[in-house]
Amino acid sequence: MYLILVGGGNVGMQLAKKLIGRGHEVLLMEKDGKQATRLATILGEESVFVGDGCEVATQKEAGFNRADAVVAVTGEDEDNLVVCQMAKVVWNVQRVLARVNDPSHEEIFKKIGVDQTVSATSLIFSLLDQQITMDEFIQVGALAKGNIEIVELILSGRSPVLGMAVRDLTLPPKTNIIYILRKEQGLLVSGDTTFEEGDTILALVPSDQADALRGMLH
Amino acid sequence: MNILIFGLGRTGAALALQLSRQHSVTIIEQNPDAVRRLGAKHTCNVVIGSGIDEDTLVRAGIATADAFFAVTRGDNTNLMAAQVAQINYKVKHICVRVADPNRAQAYRNLGMTCITPALIIAGMMRDWLTDTPYEQIDSYNVLPAEMEVI
Repeated sequence: MYLILVGGGNVGMQLAKKLIGRGHEVLLMEKDGKQATRLATILGEESVFVGDGCEVATQKEAGFNRADAVVAVTGEDEDNLVVCQMAKVVWNVQRVLARVNDPSHEEIFKKIGVDQTVSATSLIFSLLDQQITMDEFIQVGALAKGNIEIVELILSGRSPVLGMAVRDLTLPPKTNIIYILRKEQGLLVSGDTTFEEGDTILALVPSDQADALRGMLH
Repeated sequence: MNILIFGLGRTGAALALQLSRQHSVTIIEQNPDAVRRLGAKHTCNVVIGSGIDEDTLVRAGIATADAFFAVTRGDNTNLMAAQVAQINYKVKHICVRVADPNRAQAYRNLGMTCITPALIIAGMMRDWLTDTPYEQIDSYNVLPAEMEVI
């Protein structure tokens, strides 16, 4: 794949390194000449382009027309927005991704058609938020489009379901208990499986039912 | 009309002073020192902050704005602010200053009203020299074929 990254700061450089390591053709665009020279010594000259990734002429030279993906990772949201939007509307790039520094900007990126945004602030905040408010209930992944989450919950000695069989529980709608970890042994779940203190429950649950599930098992 | 202007440089100040004779004008500007550009007797409201920050836009009254001008010196800042005004707040009249002629053309193709000062100045100077009567703004605000990249 041909991947163009715009913004040669730390994020851009580390990302380029990883992608080159995976065998992709990568071009990292950086407008500051000195920084670009530094990047070239690390990544190799062929992977670095000196120029403003927001300019049509530079985009043409860099080969936006044949890019499989354009990733905008500068420290400025407005620059990332324009790079991504132009990649889409001027060059018809299939996948565009943006780093978003201010999480409140994620919405406008989505609305103008950026396929995916990544906000370090949001990520760190949600990790902290889970640690603080979710107690033993840890969201281990969000299944992108279905608003389904895989959640992990450890049954305490106070859980009302201890000793109950799975079949006797009325779970929230569209919720599935997929796995139980008991004393480092994984158990496939059947209707007969009963809950024990210390069980780690893995469940698939619609995002809006996660709290209901927690209330039921906690 | 309620008019919102993002950017209090020379363009923003001139625009604000002219429009505030008949309209209610609010200016969003990052730098508090820029207020001096309005002189001592202006009637504009000034909100310190950025026009790409929605809290600032709301404080400046974007919800009831009839027109939004983005005239900072940053093309991308202007384009982002204008699209927030357009998409999230449905402001009726939106006009963006975009210095880069090619970038402006790309956004004109998307339906945005982009003013490119360099093109307008060049066209008016050309007409001045040849004693040609000045034309409508749209005839200046066009990317010359020689500058086309694609």
